[in-house]
Amino acid sequence: MPMLEVNDIHTYYGNIHALKGISLHVDEGEIVSLIGANGAGKTTTLRTIAGLLTPRQGEITLNGEDLIKYPAHDLVYKGIAMVPEGRGVFARLSVMENLEMGAFSRSDKGEIDANIQMVFELFPRMEERQKQVAGTLSGGEQQMLATGRALMAVPKLLLMDEPSMGLAPILVEGIFDTIEKINKEGVTILLVEQNALMALSIADRGYVLQTGEIVLHDKGEELKKNEMVQKAYLGME
Amino acid sequence: MTRSKDFDFVGLFLWVFRAVILILIVWGTYATIADNPYETRTWVDFIIFGLAQGSMYALIAIGYTLVYGVLFMINFAHGEFFMAGILTTTVVITTPLSESGFLNEQPILSLLIIAISSMAVSIFISVLTERIAYRPLRKAPRLVPLITAIGASYFWQNYFRGLFGSGIKPIPQIEILDGTIPLDFLGTTMLKSHVLVIVTTIVMLIALNFFIMKTKTGKAIRAVAEDKDVANLMGINVDQTISITFATGAAMAGIAGVLYSLVFRQVHFFMGFIPGIKAFTAAVLGGIGSLPGAAVGGLLLGMFESVGPSLFLRGLGIPAFNQLKDVIAFTMLVMVLIFRPQGIVGEVLSEKKA
Repeated sequence: MPMLEVNDIHTYYGNIHALKGISLHVDEGEIVSLIGANGAGKTTTLRTIAGLLTPRQGEITLNGEDLIKYPAHDLVYKGIAMVPEGRGVFARLSVMENLEMGAFSRSDKGEIDANIQMVFELFPRMEERQKQVAGTLSGGEQQMLATGRALMAVPKLLLMDEPSMGLAPILVEGIFDTIEKINKEGVTILLVEQNALMALSIADRGYVLQTGEIVLHDKGEELKKNEMVQKAYLGME
Repeated sequence: MTRSKDFDFVGLFLWVFRAVILILIVWGTYATIADNPYETRTWVDFIIFGLAQGSMYALIAIGYTLVYGVLFMINFAHGEFFMAGILTTTVVITTPLSESGFLNEQPILSLLIIAISSMAVSIFISVLTERIAYRPLRKAPRLVPLITAIGASYFWQNYFRGLFGSGIKPIPQIEILDGTIPLDFLGTTMLKSHVLVIVTTIVMLIALNFFIMKTKTGKAIRAVAEDKDVANLMGINVDQTISITFATGAAMAGIAGVLYSLVFRQVHFFMGFIPGIKAFTAAVLGGIGSLPGAAVGGLLLGMFESVGPSLFLRGLGIPAFNQLKDVIAFTMLVMVLIFRPQGIVGEVLSEKKA
């Protein structure tokens, strides 16, 4: 049984039919990438899974348990954490307070402290800047903070929305290395990316979204070789 | 075409407006000082009363600023939360306690009971108002909850008028608060009730600062103020956190109500209106959304109201200058809105919040 199963979801913004029957699944331990053009519905899919949007139709289950009936703030207790688009750090809270908010769902002080140490090991820069207000961090540092903050919830499934967006190319590779590292620690990852080449390189499987529908689904390596994907998303002729 | 090259009539008008106000203040102050109508101790008394009055404004202003911080909404019903707590407590608790003699046998215990009761009623009314009148409008345009708040304000005023009658209710004598303590180094004395007001305010502000800055719930309030969706992803129950925010502001207003009743010795159903508007002015003055701003704005407004009429209005030869403290308060509001909309300690609001 897949860990996350999304079955035929339809999500609307007012009258705009944004997701027209998306079905996908993520198995435990996988990295799955969702690629597509702007406005294809990638972020909408993630926000629907995270509970920030409610689908009018369809099912979302985690390990067989229906997720749609839960409000967004309960999903983190079920093991889902998200790194939102544009990072969404709390700009006026310090780095440390941001990490503490990431652990809001947990109460064991000792475990939380151990987790903070783990995040500091993964991102030593965060330890140096722990007292600094998050709004003063650079884009790359904010991405580290947003990722570290999501890990503070000790998620089973991590949803990542455009982690490379707006980052200098030299930082992008570092972010993808980190994603692989986190995955090796046992965290299952569903990744949305515009940088299709990088996203497919690290992914076990990938889905291609077009105007609210899934048009292709294959192993990451296979998708990279797919002619249509190469033309449309990898910029090859 | 750039605007800066045009002759800017509005800019000129504002500049003249600012200059006229400044000249009036300086001229009035100079005339008063030259005339020297009061002794030093009278000035000190003005300042002490200003501090006491300003403390109450500061406590009430906290509620405006907290709610604005999380919802970007001016909760015009906040003055009624202030009224509801102390009016109910006076009728239901203070008066019976006084009649039974318990109030003066156990004054400290009685004051504690009064404070807790006033806070509890204020909190209850505020959470109820938020749940029924504001929460369903969370996604409505900004103007809608604002108008609803004005409606809620009238609703509570008339509800409590119906419940307890429209008469003025005197606050019974509390003997330990009678009299003054000497301030020898300033050559004056200070009313014990004013001491209580200032000390209580300091304690409450320190407690509030600890709650907002250091506790998990306080940090969650700040997280919700910044980004509700992301706070949601962290597992923070946004609706519940907003209720807690209203409750925190109302607790401060409840305490302010007790202090108000001890200084002015009377309560009535309409008592929330003017302090509410003044505290809103104080919150804007300090920078709405900022907690230190609310405290600073409240104290400054109280001081200006207390010292201002005698200092610069008297010198201008205005006949009933002591009646004009409200003019000073609202002139300050207009000046701040024109020249420094972000307030004294406020930051420039980002596009999202503006």
